[in-house]
Amino acid sequence: MGRGKSDFRMRNKWEERNSVETLVIHGNEACARGAIAAGCRFFAGYPITPASEVTEIMSRLLPRYRGVFLQMEDEIASICAILGAAWGGAKTCTATSGPGFTLMQEGIGWAAETDTPVVVINVMRGGPATGQPTSSSQQDVMQAKYGSHGDYEVIVLVPSSAQEAFDLTVKAFNLAEVYRNPVIVLTDEIVGHTREKVRIPDKVEIVERKKPASLPADYVPFRSAAEGLLDGMPAFNQGYGILVDGQLHDEFGGRAGHIPEISAAMVERICRKITDHADDLVDVEEWMLEDAEVAFVTFGSPARPALRAAKDARAQGIRAGFLKLRVLWPLPEKIIDRVGRQARRIIVPEMNMGKISREVERVVAGRAEVVSLPKLGGEVHTPAEILKSMINAH
Amino acid sequence: MLPLADKYLRKRTLPLIFCPGCGDGTVLNVFLRAVDDLGIFKDLSLVGGIGCSGWLPTYLQSDVLHVLHGRAIPFACGLKLTDPRRKVVVFTGDGDCVGIGGNHFIHAARRNIDLTVIMINNGIYGMTGGQVAPTTPLQGRTQTSPYGNLEPPFDVCELARSAGATYVARWTAAHPVQLLKTIKEGMEHPGFSFIEVMAQCPTQAGRYIEGTSNAAELLNLLKKRSVSLEQAKETPPEEMGGKYVVGKLHHLTGKREFTQAIYDNFPQEKSR
Amino acid sequence: MTTSPRKKAAKEIIIDDQFCKGCNLCVEVCPRRVFSGSSKRSRAGYSMPQATDPGKCSVCFLCEMTCPDLAITVIEESP
Repeated sequence: MGRGKSDFRMRNKWEERNSVETLVIHGNEACARGAIAAGCRFFAGYPITPASEVTEIMSRLLPRYRGVFLQMEDEIASICAILGAAWGGAKTCTATSGPGFTLMQEGIGWAAETDTPVVVINVMRGGPATGQPTSSSQQDVMQAKYGSHGDYEVIVLVPSSAQEAFDLTVKAFNLAEVYRNPVIVLTDEIVGHTREKVRIPDKVEIVERKKPASLPADYVPFRSAAEGLLDGMPAFNQGYGILVDGQLHDEFGGRAGHIPEISAAMVERICRKITDHADDLVDVEEWMLEDAEVAFVTFGSPARPALRAAKDARAQGIRAGFLKLRVLWPLPEKIIDRVGRQARRIIVPEMNMGKISREVERVVAGRAEVVSLPKLGGEVHTPAEILKSMINAH
Repeated sequence: MLPLADKYLRKRTLPLIFCPGCGDGTVLNVFLRAVDDLGIFKDLSLVGGIGCSGWLPTYLQSDVLHVLHGRAIPFACGLKLTDPRRKVVVFTGDGDCVGIGGNHFIHAARRNIDLTVIMINNGIYGMTGGQVAPTTPLQGRTQTSPYGNLEPPFDVCELARSAGATYVARWTAAHPVQLLKTIKEGMEHPGFSFIEVMAQCPTQAGRYIEGTSNAAELLNLLKKRSVSLEQAKETPPEEMGGKYVVGKLHHLTGKREFTQAIYDNFPQEKSR
Repeated sequence: MTTSPRKKAAKEIIIDDQFCKGCNLCVEVCPRRVFSGSSKRSRAGYSMPQATDPGKCSVCFLCEMTCPDLAITVIEESP
């Protein structure tokens, strides 16, 4: 197996380990290791606090797997390079924070419009604008879903620990392959920079890129197959002669922006590809919701003090419950609705002005009281703060 | 149908969308011949930016990316670096390449990554209706320079060369024979090849800047304004205004190509 | 002893009326004035040129290469 010059084969198999490895690493490193475990072999990024470590660690690890690492000239070049590389046949990824995430939106929209699998890691920091580069926030939760222009869908995963940073990054790559869509891993500066124990499993379940079932002559690149998903994805130079166009196109990839029916159908297809699978995409953790009077609906870093607060509340005789969203978008509306029918009050702690609490309010539709617990400034809620707010309101 | 067109083009997309007499069509014509002569069709990966020139590759039956405005080059980098055996060709316009795309252009040239970038320069943003471009001649009147362009235009070949491109050439749509040879040379050159093609735009630049939409007249203007490198050396600078220096302007062999550098430098020992 | 080079000739010069947009660049670039304007209309309605003097053609292929619509095919007379 050549490792010398001019061996252009990318090594795709992440060697299985003989045992579970436990490392003490921060979330940023966990994301990088998760990406490589999932088969990422092309990364293009740009330095930005607090995400730079992802890029730095990829620069060290990726070449050892004969993967290509690039530090591009800016974030726009980074997202574009990974999109090109995806069509080149690689599993690809980039990492950034708020200002860079904003720059990448056009590329993310192009990925959604062209059914291109990519993973974008956004380590959220205080915003807006230059904001608070070294402090945490969850202010980008809406941008993650709606950041680019036009109608499209993305899947957004929100780790709340270094372990989840590893696990959900692996999951992000797998979802990207299944749905042929951009998937966002939305961590934050706390998750990114807090060192914790991470178990790297000996086997990681990976979804390999599906080759088209049809031969080139019969292949219709953008026609829905089973379950509204596409039939495999060729790489360039495999004889498929595929036209991948950011302009709205028909099933063959030919431009169709001037044809209303085809344009409408295409946008519907790329959206419903995700929304029709909302139930399959649900990924939550629940704690004592069955008889909860007060429930926390949480995601990311605040989930941890919220769970502590819920446990402390129970110890004080309050029937508290806890829901943590690991997939934020599509929003698990059925589960939130269920919580709204059980609990009298739902509290949503988040490190922004209260964006997801409004979503919860929408879903719950008045069946429970929804209390927003926003926290700005860069620090996460403490369990005492959350417990206090709950008791005051109770 | 022209046999070359029959061999390489996507029939359902024809006829070509270009305006009558557009230089883009001539470049497509010549490019097909280059591909055929070199016999590299199955290794082609094409990337088109946004603008009239960006449509060019979408007509071929190869694998094609039609991407974001100004970003054809980074997309192309991703394609090239995932398999160095690909022949990656970028079709871009003057606005796409050195307006919005300027940063990516100079960095790709700096890296000397093996791409062939064919920039079709009509001195205007044509697709959007004829606005001023970084290559519009001084005093040119366009939809956004109605009182005359006050910005000096880029010499894009000079920019390419000084940024690190190792093959730089310029021709016009009036020089298809020379252009064919140049495109083949550029594609075979293992490094960043930049080929500028001055092209007539009868509908926008023709009407607004040159005062005519007659394609034949515009083609003649291209021919008249072209001077060879040797002629340019003997012409005093004050007489060079409005002229294009055509030919192979720069060709450096032996400079390390970026993709090769990446693949040659994977660490030998894999460790966790 | 030298042989004079065989003179090239065109067997046929086709302008495809599916694609011609009547830009007349062929008329302009042909060094032998093979083409001229005509009253013929392309399928899309453009006034097309015609190869009115094909006998003059030296098979340089300039018209074929220049045509922005790939509408011209020059077929060389075989020796």
